[in-house]
Amino acid sequence: MNGYEKALIVSNDVATHIQNHGRETYPNECCGALIGIGNFVGECLSLPNTTEEGPRRRFLVNPHDYRAAERHATESGYTLIGFYHSHPDHPARPSQYDLAHAWPEFTYVIIAVEKGKPGAMTSWRLREDRSAFDEGHIERRNG
Amino acid sequence: MANDVLIPTPLRAYVGKQDVVQVDGETVGELLQNLTAKYSELQNHLYNEDGRLRSFVNVYLNDDDIRYLQKEDTPVAEGDTISIVPSVAGGTGSVATGLSR
Repeated sequence: MNGYEKALIVSNDVATHIQNHGRETYPNECCGALIGIGNFVGECLSLPNTTEEGPRRRFLVNPHDYRAAERHATESGYTLIGFYHSHPDHPARPSQYDLAHAWPEFTYVIIAVEKGKPGAMTSWRLREDRSAFDEGHIERRNG
Repeated sequence: MANDVLIPTPLRAYVGKQDVVQVDGETVGELLQNLTAKYSELQNHLYNEDGRLRSFVNVYLNDDDIRYLQKEDTPVAEGDTISIVPSVAGGTGSVATGLSR
């Protein structure tokens, strides 16, 4: 099938955090970890964009920060669900570069930031055969 | 001799939802080959079509990135822990989606 079945449930606090992070780092890309349980994201962690390829169109979470985020999730009794990043002045759709670097099982949230203003927020998962991403719904909840 | 291999969250589904598995190997490369032989679904996510480790797959021997040791020829000793750590990266460019929704 195309599109994955379960909606990603995102608390309003998390959605606001991602929007603010995208606004603050504009025109560069922001990135961070999504933490929660199942398909619910209850917390997110802003992470440094450590890319050396130009942060206006690339992001990189270094292994040290990845390990810290995974450890934080585990110690909190939750799971590292995936990562978010922004697309400054680009649509909230994953690129070929995103695809080449994607991991299975993770959910990727992308927020478009147009001229510094946060816009559409979308959610994606890598297909099992790594051929493409499928989009899922995002549901926002209070909290 | 079996060593602990720490499995990151996105790959745990392919190893019976374990976060640590035990695998034999004299070198890091041999150990990873044995890992993918035992859990074949990992192959596609750790190695590219040329059989080389994907560039965004980081492998640590204890606290050291094997790129700064002897890469996949790095010897493994009893008690060493091997960690597979994803580099998470992305950015803008041409889109790569299926026929979603």
